[in-house]
Parts: sequence; C-alpha cells; structure tokens
Amino acid sequence: MERLLDALAILSLALLVIVLRSLRREHIRVEHSVSWLAASVALLALSRSRALLERFSAWLGLHDASVALIAIILVVFLGVFYRYSRIVSGLKDMNITLTQRVAILEHKLQRQHEEAQDKP
Amino acid sequence: MITGRTLLIIPAYNEEGAIASVVREVRETLPDLPILVIDDCSTDSTIDQARMAGARILQVPFHLGLGGCVQAGYRLAHEFGYDQVVRIDGDGQHDPRDIPRLLDTLARTGCEMVIGVRSKESGGLQTHLIRRIGIHFFRLILRPILGRSPSDPTSGFVAVNRRALEVFGRSFPLEYPEIETLVVLQRRRFRFEEVPCRMRRRMAGRSTITALKSVYYVIHVLLGVFVNILRFDGRPRKGPA
Ligand SMILES: Nc1nc2c(ncn2[C@@H]2O[C@H](COP(=O)(O)OP(=O)(O)O)[C@@H](O)[C@H]2O)c(=O)[nH]1
Ligand SMILES: [Mg+2]
Repeated sequence: MERLLDALAILSLALLVIVLRSLRREHIRVEHSVSWLAASVALLALSRSRALLERFSAWLGLHDASVALIAIILVVFLGVFYRYSRIVSGLKDMNITLTQRVAILEHKLQRQHEEAQDKP
Repeated sequence: MITGRTLLIIPAYNEEGAIASVVREVRETLPDLPILVIDDCSTDSTIDQARMAGARILQVPFHLGLGGCVQAGYRLAHEFGYDQVVRIDGDGQHDPRDIPRLLDTLARTGCEMVIGVRSKESGGLQTHLIRRIGIHFFRLILRPILGRSPSDPTSGFVAVNRRALEVFGRSFPLEYPEIETLVVLQRRRFRFEEVPCRMRRRMAGRSTITALKSVYYVIHVLLGVFVNILRFDGRPRKGPA
C-alpha cells in the first residue's frame, strides 16, 4: 500500500509537470489545462492522506484500501474524459457551422462575381 | 408542375462517373430547375464534371459527411428564400421525371416532407443482405415512433418545404441523415408522405455503404433515433445553431 501511494504521488507529480510544461510551450491552452491540473493535484493530495483513504474504503466496506484508491483514480479520469468529450463535441458543432457558412459565403461571392461579369 | 421557388440539391462524393449525366438529365427534363451540386471534397473530377454539365456548385472546405452537406444545402436554400428543396442522389438512381410528382404531393397534402420510395416495379433493393436486414430492422423500430412504418426509410429522394427547411437548418444529423430526419420531423408533429418512384441502378462507382459500414450504420442511426426521442421537447442543442 505504501508503495502504491508513493507511485501515485510520483505519477501525479509527473502529470503536473507535463501539463505545466505543455502550458509553457503553448501546446495546451490554459482553459483546457484546468481539469488536468485539478486531477493531478487531487490525486497528489490523496496519495499523501492515507488515513482519509482508509476511512473511505471502510465506509465502502472494502478490506483493501488500494481497491478504493484505484476506484477513485478511475472516477477522476472518467470525469476528465467526459469533460473533454463535451468540449470536443462543442468544437465539432462549431466546426460544422463554420464550414457550412464558409461554403455558403464562397458560393454567394462566386455568384456576385459572375453577375458582375455578365453586366456590360 | 414546378411552382414557387424550388431548388434541386445533389450531394456528391466522388461521383465523376455519373454526376454529369445526372445533371444533364435533370436539365433536359426540367430546364427551369436550378441545380446545386454539393461537393464534399471529392478527390476526383466531380466538381469539374458537374460545373461543365451546367450545375452550380457548393464546395465545403473539408469532408463533412452526407448529412452535413445536405444541411448546408438546406441552409443555403433558406437564406436564398427558396420555398422548397428537392434532393436526389448523384449516382443516377433517381429519375428526374419523378420530381414533379414529389412536388405536387408536397403542395397538395400540405405535409412537410415527401419521400420518393422504391416502387414495386423497380424490384428489390440491389444491395447486400446486411443492409437489407438493417432496413427491415429500422422499419420495425420506426413504426411505434412514427405511428406507421416508412416503406423505404433510407431513400435519398426527398422533397421538403420551407417549414422543414427551418427545422433542418437547426438540427440535422451529420452522417446518415435519412432515418433520423423522420424522427426529427415527428418530434415537431410534422408529416411525411411517400410517392412510389422508379429506382435505377447507380450508373458508376459503388455505393458508399459497404457491408461493414452497414453494421456501423445501424448502430450509429439507432443511437441517433434514440437521442432524438430523448430530446422530446424539441429544444435545439445548446451552442451554435
Ligand atoms: N456530400 C456527401 N455526399 C455523399 C457522401 N457519401 C455519399 N454521398 C452521396 O450521397 C448519395 C447517396 O450515396 P450512395 O453511396 O449512392 O448511397 P445509397 O444510394 O444509399 O447506396 C450519392 O449522391 C453520393 O455521392 C458524403 O460523405 N458526402
Ligand atoms: Mg445511391
């Protein structure tokens, strides 16, 4: 269990560092880094609070705190993934609308161009 | 008779073998009908063929999918003030001589959408078994939702009026639109009618719906139908309309 918690601490620190680095290099936009940063900080805090974890797993009726830990990690990342599915869907909607608008505007321009040429 | 302002749209994706004759056939049959070919970033000469045959072109900047292109056509038609839009396939399967009958039915019945369906004389659908099973499956699913079972729910031969244009401009499926559209309409208490038509074989190329895609199609469309039922209050989705 100790080792598992240490591993989790290292992993969440690594996640934190990776996200911060990507932010600095502008690979991730600030607004999209928030859920990753929140997730890594939450997991780091969890890995340093063994008593809390044991109380939680007892409450769940589990004998093994590591199962509870893995369940929490899963829930945190499911939350992050869900958030990104929503973001991607929103972007796709905007993309479709934009694509259609561009096509329609191009078509209108083309028509105006033709009409101008037809006039002597 | 073609009355009011009517636009014909032809969604096309890599149809260089057929699109020119489709456009020419329409122009010979219905010389006054404006034709708009909606090209989905074809990688062949579809655009040139269509333009040379005398159609106007709507070109989307990246591959959108069939539904996205049809919706672009509906939005354009709405903006240009057209009263009705007919859609036919770009592969020559639909006979333009049937178009006036679709428009007549649209005007006469006052319904929002008319579907040209495969008539008995045209014989069965020339396609693989999986797709045929899928179509029967959807006819069963749609019966309780629509109150009747559409005889050819995947037909791409469709005429819609301005009320439908408004609704479809706001909400339209992106990939395989035909079946979901029926549910979108039903949620608005809109009606559709069917007109039996001669359906021919596609002139060139192959259907984009292969056996494997049929399975994906069924799952995708089933989900789409389900989602449309969940959106029972007909509210448009949040975000850009
Ligand atoms: N814009 C667009 N049109 C498509 C796409 N896939 C198919 N089409 C067109 O939609 C029509 C019907 O497609 P088809 O493959 O013949 O389907 P089927 O008749 O149901 O077997 C044809 O005019 C195709 O060119 C696509 O991804 N985008
Ligand atoms: Mg076809």
